[in-house]
Amino acid sequence: MASTGVIMLLFLIVHMAGNLKIFFGPTDFNSYAAWLRTIGEPVLHETWYLWVQRVVLLACLVAHVTSAIQLTHRDIHARPQRYRSKRPWRATFATNTMRYGGAILALFVIWHILDLTVGAVNPRGEAGHPYENVVADFGVWWIALIYVVAMLALCLHIYHGFWSAAQTLGANNAARNVVFKTIATVLALAITVGFLSVPIAVMTGLVR
Amino acid sequence: MNLTLRIWRQSGPDESGEMVTYQVTDVSPDMSFLEMLDILNEDLILRGEQPVAFDHDCREGICGSCGMVINGSAHGPVQTTTCQLHMRSFNDGDVIDIEPWRAAAFPVIKDLVVDRSAFDRIIQAGGYISAPTGTAPDAHAVPVPKPDADLAFENATCIGCGACVAACPNGSAMLFTSAKINHLNVLPQGQPERESRVLDMVTTMDAEGFGGCTNTGECAAACPKGIPLASIATMNREFLRAARKAPR
Amino acid sequence: MSNPKKQNAAKRSTGGRNAGKPKDSVGAYTVGDAIVDTKAPAGPVEKRWDTRRFEAKLVNPANRRKHRVIVVGTGLAGGSAGATLAEQGYHVIQFCYQDSPRRAHSVAAQGGINAAKNYRNDGDSIHRLFYDTVKGGDFRSRESNVYRLAQISVEIIDQCVAQGVPFAREYGGLLDNRSFGGVQVSRTFYARGQTGQQLLLGAYQALSRQIEAGNVEMHARTEMLDLVVVDGRARGIVARDLVTGKIETYLADAVVLATGGYGNTFYLSTNAKGSNATAIWRAHKRGAHFANPCYTQIHPTCIPRSGDHQSKLTLMSESLRNDGRIWVPKTKGDKRSPADIPEDERDYYLERIYPSFGNLVPRDIASRAAKNVCDEGRGVGPGGLGVYLDFADAIQRMGLDKVSEKYGNLFEMYERITGENPYQVPMRIYPAIHYTMGGLWVDYDLQSTIPGMFVIGEANFSDHGANRLGASALMQGLADGYFVLPSTINDYLARGGLDAVGADDPAVTTTVAEVEDRIKRLLAVDGDRTVDSFHRELGTLMWDECGMARNAEGLKKALARIPELREEFWQRVKVPGTGYELNQSLEKANRVADFLELAELMCLDALVREESCGGHFREESQTPDGEAKRDDERFSHVAAWEYTGVGEPPVLHKETLDFEYVHPTQRSYA
Repeated sequence: MASTGVIMLLFLIVHMAGNLKIFFGPTDFNSYAAWLRTIGEPVLHETWYLWVQRVVLLACLVAHVTSAIQLTHRDIHARPQRYRSKRPWRATFATNTMRYGGAILALFVIWHILDLTVGAVNPRGEAGHPYENVVADFGVWWIALIYVVAMLALCLHIYHGFWSAAQTLGANNAARNVVFKTIATVLALAITVGFLSVPIAVMTGLVR
Repeated sequence: MNLTLRIWRQSGPDESGEMVTYQVTDVSPDMSFLEMLDILNEDLILRGEQPVAFDHDCREGICGSCGMVINGSAHGPVQTTTCQLHMRSFNDGDVIDIEPWRAAAFPVIKDLVVDRSAFDRIIQAGGYISAPTGTAPDAHAVPVPKPDADLAFENATCIGCGACVAACPNGSAMLFTSAKINHLNVLPQGQPERESRVLDMVTTMDAEGFGGCTNTGECAAACPKGIPLASIATMNREFLRAARKAPR
Repeated sequence: MSNPKKQNAAKRSTGGRNAGKPKDSVGAYTVGDAIVDTKAPAGPVEKRWDTRRFEAKLVNPANRRKHRVIVVGTGLAGGSAGATLAEQGYHVIQFCYQDSPRRAHSVAAQGGINAAKNYRNDGDSIHRLFYDTVKGGDFRSRESNVYRLAQISVEIIDQCVAQGVPFAREYGGLLDNRSFGGVQVSRTFYARGQTGQQLLLGAYQALSRQIEAGNVEMHARTEMLDLVVVDGRARGIVARDLVTGKIETYLADAVVLATGGYGNTFYLSTNAKGSNATAIWRAHKRGAHFANPCYTQIHPTCIPRSGDHQSKLTLMSESLRNDGRIWVPKTKGDKRSPADIPEDERDYYLERIYPSFGNLVPRDIASRAAKNVCDEGRGVGPGGLGVYLDFADAIQRMGLDKVSEKYGNLFEMYERITGENPYQVPMRIYPAIHYTMGGLWVDYDLQSTIPGMFVIGEANFSDHGANRLGASALMQGLADGYFVLPSTINDYLARGGLDAVGADDPAVTTTVAEVEDRIKRLLAVDGDRTVDSFHRELGTLMWDECGMARNAEGLKKALARIPELREEFWQRVKVPGTGYELNQSLEKANRVADFLELAELMCLDALVREESCGGHFREESQTPDGEAKRDDERFSHVAAWEYTGVGEPPVLHKETLDFEYVHPTQRSYA
């Protein structure tokens, strides 16, 4: 889970940075989106790189979710009889909600692909016009809400997940703990703020 | 002070259990938690009822025998062993829930007594240095840097009580296992078996039915000896290193 | 040695139903043959262990697998013995009453372990450790045994370091040492305040390795309830599975008892709640002599009891006396808080009575002085059983930080238990039973008077004489288990003559029947008093009459009272539940029944030994300034008692102690 999580996290950083191009207007953004299809040319054919990336990400996602399910399954079996009294709330909210957050994110990924990749559920859904599709999306309050909720879940997921990956991969130790916690906080906030800036900008009319 | 106790009663390993309510009166704040249970038990015996079974021995926080989940926390509200918890941590009129450690790998034997032999089997799988009696070189033959010795000691203080497993929402034994691996793997004497130790102990830990680690940190927060959460990260590093060096 | 005909004397009684006896027979005993041969080789003391090892017969490595050896107990002695015997190739069957061998009470030892390594180059040597131990034992131990202990001490440290025991180290990576227990050299190795735990885990891990290898068959939660003696030789044990209640017989070629001391006879002690004398007492009833039962050690710095609910006592390291000052109010019954008592109304009694040693007088003297001031009614805290150990001066002199650096963890422990902050309020301390020097009699090979039964660690009487020095218990337990027993048991096994014993052997079936009968009787009484109430009453009686200071009148009183209490126990005890389940009340009842018999022997031994020595202080035998006075003319011997029946006069066998190397002197600390 740790390694697949880290790969997806790297993707998210790039994805978030790319999204910020929306603030430079439709021409910039749309040509950036078009460029994504041409990465690797002329060695690769058009969209080949994109497909490679999609396959890798999908594999990561499947592996990540599979491990999560397996781990959850194992953990439930490790305590067949639960405590009668409630456990005091010691760990952070992020830690305690990893599984719920993960489920929200899984559903969101499906929605997100149908919305802005395939365009099937997008109010506009016109291929080759991502800028306009995005603006159309966030003009609808409940679609914007889906994105906001998902991004908050992502924030919590990264906050615990990044530090947790450092533990699992054995990179953490007593001295580095503060460093990893800080990086986790900065990453979670930066990615979330970066992603959320787009729907907020659309809703506030900054991007139209 | 007067207290209401709700205690898990289970007459045998295969019996179903239930929470039973008892009243205890005239509890002194200077009593230890176990002494409070002693009073309850004396009372139950004289009333012709079965006393509550619980493990305990040294009653000074070092043998690791005692352990119960008190109001949802392993060893109760203070980060110490149950025997070192005193009634001054409670108030008159409190309702206190007392349950056994709950984990598939720790089946209940009776009331609050559980079978923790899975821990012994994890140690048997590799939690030692092979140094048969009589083979040792002089104690000063191999100096050990003080930071390494201190780190080994910090991990070696584990008392094997099982609070980490009881507190972990996943019933994981990572903190226990990591403590012994770190104690031995950091020492020069532990190097020859460094890889086999971590691989064998982790394999046994998994086979015993403990849950997986999701890094919630509950184990370290409940550990009466303060084994740090970082020990788990170190064990993971040792495991990955060993898996690379000795693939199988 | 003992009369072999008497070795099955236990047949006469295994319970105490008709245990009362007429008052005029109080303190009765008979004197039997003296013990003349302890099997220690002759010659210079430093060569004796080599000689013994060379003369001992060996078992062919290929044949060791065929020998089964039972080891009862998994503390430092038992754990190390089980592991070492298994490494040698024997098939070991090992038992502990705890749920895991890692929990034996050796785990609680704090201070450290002595070894004559002379790493500090401060003039230490094997001979000096030998000398200190014999003198510290107040000249009531065997020179041969103590010398061997000092020799082996060196190897123990090597062994433990090789196992990964994390002893304290200096910045150069070498082992640290400290001075402990008032000796003038630094020979104590330690692992913070948890030396016992670390050494025990070392032995436990070595044992675990042998369990995994299939060489040790480990039975946890199984308690030995009797010894099987066939044709005068120990051939097995009868034990109860504490989970299922099943009584099982285990047969072997030799039996090793490593079951610890009997301090819990006093109910309140620093022992673990489960520590008990059942194994050694039942072995005693099967013919093993019990030596010096009156030698008990009282530790001066324990946390006092806080009320009647007290279930055990907790020790605090003696090192506190290095900087703390001990005092009580000058006037009787002064109930003011310590801060309100002005300096000139305080009595720093140790500094007053012993100006040159002050607060650092030996354990027994500090303990008795505390008892005396409390008896005068000047004690402090609940029940008036406590004295102040004050760090106010130390804090002023050294600063709070220094004090906290040195004693912080002890202060924390004290605060956790008492709820008082020792930085602000003086600590309260009181002496408590801590260790028993007496135990089953063993020869130089650690073999008891029952051939084939060996006794190691605190369970035997061998090395500490009348008083044990600090940091020597761990040393002895490991010396016995790692090095002495594994060498000497070979000789016994190699001499053969061990015919197979069947489970249907009459000796086996009778023993099993007796054990089962006793359990049935305990359950059948169904009286109106709990086991603990009897144990508490016995403990109070023993503490009052056979505790820190003893006299003939008090001991006779106890000797008259104990049989009555025992009789009452068998008539009024209430043990709920059945024998076929986990039944902790039954476990306790079984143990307390034995304490009720052993207590009588302790008092008798204390009565017969009309001298003061080490931990045994007879008020009739003191110097004009109130110090212990030995009587070497009459009592320079080991008192080994032979059992003849519950409440029957036992037989005293004396083993004379000779001192060729360390000549007895009277201690003085004034």
